[in-house]
Amino acid sequence: MTAATWLLRRLVASVGIIFAVVTFVFLLIHLAPGKPCTFGEQADPVVCKQLIQQFGLDQPILEQYWRYLVAWAHGNLGYSFSLHRPVLDAIAETLPFTLQLAGAALVIDFLLGLGLGIYQAARVNRLPDVVLSNVTLFIYSLPTFWLALLLLLVFGEKLGWFPVGGPNDVIFCPSVNSFYCVLDRLWHLVLPAATLGLVGAAGTARFQRAAMLEVAAQDYVRTARAKGLPERRVVLRHQLRNALLSFITRFGLAFPFLLTGAVLTETIYAWPGMGRLAFEAILTRDYPLVTATALIASTVVVAGNLLADILLGLADPRLRVRAGADIDVVTA
Amino acid sequence: MTLGTWLALCIAVILAAEAVRVLRHRGLRQDRWRRFFRQRTTSWGLGMLLFLVIIAVAAPLVAPFDPSKQLDIVHLKNHAPSWTFLLGTDVFSRDVWSRLVFGARVSLGIGALGALVAVSLGTLVGAVAGYYQRWIDAVLMRGVDVGLALPRIFVLLMAVALWDGLPFPALVIVIGLTSWFGTSRLVRAEVLALRQRDFVAAARALGANTGRVIFRHVLPNAAAPIIVSAALSVGNVLLLEASLSFLGIGIKPPDASWGNMIADGAPSIYTALWSTLFPGLAISLVVMSLNAVADGVRDALDPHEEPA
Repeated sequence: MTAATWLLRRLVASVGIIFAVVTFVFLLIHLAPGKPCTFGEQADPVVCKQLIQQFGLDQPILEQYWRYLVAWAHGNLGYSFSLHRPVLDAIAETLPFTLQLAGAALVIDFLLGLGLGIYQAARVNRLPDVVLSNVTLFIYSLPTFWLALLLLLVFGEKLGWFPVGGPNDVIFCPSVNSFYCVLDRLWHLVLPAATLGLVGAAGTARFQRAAMLEVAAQDYVRTARAKGLPERRVVLRHQLRNALLSFITRFGLAFPFLLTGAVLTETIYAWPGMGRLAFEAILTRDYPLVTATALIASTVVVAGNLLADILLGLADPRLRVRAGADIDVVTA
Repeated sequence: MTLGTWLALCIAVILAAEAVRVLRHRGLRQDRWRRFFRQRTTSWGLGMLLFLVIIAVAAPLVAPFDPSKQLDIVHLKNHAPSWTFLLGTDVFSRDVWSRLVFGARVSLGIGALGALVAVSLGTLVGAVAGYYQRWIDAVLMRGVDVGLALPRIFVLLMAVALWDGLPFPALVIVIGLTSWFGTSRLVRAEVLALRQRDFVAAARALGANTGRVIFRHVLPNAAAPIIVSAALSVGNVLLLEASLSFLGIGIKPPDASWGNMIADGAPSIYTALWSTLFPGLAISLVVMSLNAVADGVRDALDPHEEPA
């Protein structure tokens, strides 16, 4: 099987997976008890009935599903009941915030995690390694929302180094339109990104340390040492390059973690991202908004996996030879 | 804290420490157990878990107050830690230590039961898919692909928020049902490799039926990754429950769980740090201990791996 057919097959499978996820979410939320209008402030029964008729919520579920799919095929994600605006607008507004948060968290996660993992593996079982192993084990075990609260307390409230929430300074920078405001955004981004990034980095460091040690036992590393190569070159060229293969897999798995973390982190830091949007949409039973956020979330997860597989194929020539066998990404 | 509760607490500590010591001592004779205890963190983790389980079981003895009783809302609100209130009181004047102890029942219970559901289901699906292969494998694994792509937090939020006030068993099942996908892939990979081995062919040749081959011959040999994944799932489920309870949709108050204790304490975190700090520490201690024990199990059951 050539790379092109492999890619095509994976793409088709990915679309199928996303479709199944959306269908599942659609059914789940429509089968749940309670209608969009049965609670909230504007529970006027007349308005409620009108709304239900207007959005066709009184029709059989299969019919609703079909109409929904047809609307999607026309690029129409629907109209949000709770926000009174098109779903697409609401998502277009919040998605950049989540991407900024997740992007910054990923950078912290990978730079810090990889660095620590490599450093620890080079000094295995010596004092810095033992200390760092315990520290990363502890941070890895922290509930993200609890860490968020503590960081907010220490660095936001007590020390006052960082703002206590929100994406920007409401007075000087209502929108990001100058260099100062970009800095302002980054300053507001530090605590939320650090919350997600630190927990991720601790996991990455543990993972990378193990991967480096696994490679360290290989014959080609011993050969490299025996050739008299400098230690730095052995570690960076021979060990690291091979240990990075399993790291690529981890990269694909980082997205679900970021999404889950985003819901909580965005809620605590008042970050107007998609995680918070989704959470509020669920609480207000905003069907179109929930399904649309599920679509985006599952697309991100599937795309992350696909990207990791493609990168793995590019990085590891052994996999290209037996591309016929599906590359199974094992998740723990 | 009265003398009786201190006494009970001391007994719990001694019991946990003694149990670990006995296990370690026994372990010196067996290679596998020696590998399990090779890292000191494993012993600490095991001791910690035993201690928490003991105080969760003996909660009424170790907790000096009723966990949901508001002792004195005027004078004892957000009382700092003292000899009477070991970890202080929360915003409703409830004793944090007592809530922590009773919350251990809920949190550890959800963690253990949820993980049990998840790992059993994951093992079963993985074993069936790996053993039968062909279309069964294809169907099951495509299902798992979808499950892994489901944003789990969304599904949980939906299930828990929409079916308002889900009772404890339903919460356990919902969390378990959304957490088994990773395990099933892991088990399937193991079973795929194991079913080619000679002892499986031998068992089949002796006339063992499929169920017997899977459960008596294949799965016991895949124990290492299953146990490790079980230990890790307990931690994951515990964290999930805490997140849900923190968002106000997990365990309903006034019942204490570590997650909703953090949620209760969060608004007054600036003045009464203790009511948020300690439940969070408890969660991280449990997850950390579980990770440490999982490392130990990995060392013990996987002799191929070089000591790290």
